[in-house]
Formats: sequence, structure tokens, C-alpha cells
Amino acid sequence: MNEAATSIEQIETVELRIPSKPEWVAVARLAVAAIANRLPFSVEEIEDLKLAIAEACTTCITQSVGAETIDITSDAAPTYLRIRVRDHGFGERREPPPRPRAVPTADGLGIFLIQALMDTVEHKFDPQSGTELIMLKRLASD
Amino acid sequence: MDIKVQVREADDDAYVVELGGEIDVYTSPKVKDAITELIDQGHYNLVINLEKVRYIDSTGLGVLIGGLKRVREHGGTVNLVCTNPQIKKIFDITGLVKIFGIFDDEQGAKKALAS
Repeated sequence: MNEAATSIEQIETVELRIPSKPEWVAVARLAVAAIANRLPFSVEEIEDLKLAIAEACTTCITQSVGAETIDITSDAAPTYLRIRVRDHGFGERREPPPRPRAVPTADGLGIFLIQALMDTVEHKFDPQSGTELIMLKRLASD
Repeated sequence: MDIKVQVREADDDAYVVELGGEIDVYTSPKVKDAITELIDQGHYNLVINLEKVRYIDSTGLGVLIGGLKRVREHGGTVNLVCTNPQIKKIFDITGLVKIFGIFDDEQGAKKALAS
């Protein structure tokens, strides 16, 4: 079953709002781990999800100015977990550098990691309305 | 959420920074301060022991990269001790395995600094 074929009734949604401050990122990480634990993800996949959600929140905190909160919406479906991370700040988008690079930098590592760990990632930034990351991890079909 | 940072002198003018806990956007400034202080004191050969680290994110990696760049300017280096498979995976994904010397134990990391 793909994402498009999943009916709304099969999706269970959990919403969390955290202050847009570094000390609250761990709460988002633990909450998403608990949600992922309700689905048959492996321990390694849950660790990937924890890192991806933390990187998304960190991107919001470092990229946006003026956002007081970050909204995290998790859609748990039978075949995937989709997480939307959004704030309502403004600021200047920093494009991640291309990889791999001969000389490593920390710039763009967060988005790079999310892309490596999740199956799909959408990263939207609007200077007027804030940062939004939508990422999806599929359950392994066996 | 916690981070423990312990700094101790090893042999041959090397210093060991032993970290424990979680290194993220909240805790990484404390790690950065410890590494920066050592470099400012003129210590350019460092072993950063991540054996007791349960979690690291891009801000933590950024601190390690920043430290490595600074010591390299002075002919030094940073070797890491890491046995956690999840953390090793992050170094693999980001390509940082090619940049840092990564060892299974502190002795090996210190020995490589001296050679």
C-alpha cells in the first residue's frame, strides 16, 4: 500500500507544540521515538527518526527568526510515519553546500542527515511565513 | 538531557576530552567551550572519547569539525574514540570517517597521535 492509497481513517495523528528553544528539542525527539515505537519500526529506524526530528527542529531554531514555537505533527499510518515540522518565523534561508566536499563544514549537515535517514523530505522556507519540513519514513515490507 | 565533559592530560602533550550523555543543539556549546579552551591554551593534539555518548546530532558534529580545523592550523589533530554503532553510522553517512581518525579504544587513539 502506498501513501496515496492510505485512507484518512487509517492515519492516527499526534500533534506537539514546543517552544522554539534548544532545550526543548529533546522533548520532540523523545515524543517522536514514542510514536515510532507504536509502529513496527526497528530500534535502528527509531534512532534514525529521533535524529531526523531533532535536526528538523534545530533547522527551525537556527534558520528562523522570531518564531516562538515549533509545531510537530506526526501521522502514523499502517505503512509509514510522516512528520511535519513547522514554525512561523522569518529569516534568510541558508542553502546547504553540495556534498561530499574535500574540506568538511558543519553547514547544511542537518538537512543532509535528514535526507539520508528518511525516505522522502520536503524542505520549504518562506521568509514571510517560516520554515516547514515534511519527512516520511516507510515501514520495511517483508 | 545531560552532557558530561571531563578533560585530562594524557602522555606526549596530548589531552583527552571524555564526553558522556547527549550532544545536541542544547548541550554542544558546553563541549565547544571545553575544546576551545584546550586549543586556546596551546594543546593541539586531542583525543575526544565518545564511548559514553548516547546521541550526537549535526551541531555536535559541527563542534568536532570546528575543533579539528583549528588544531590542524597548528599541525595538530583530533582522534575520536567511538564504539556506538549508531554514532559510527552518522560519521559514515556524513563522510566524516574520512576526516577523523576513529578508534575503538582510547589507547589506540593516543598511540596514533604519537606516531
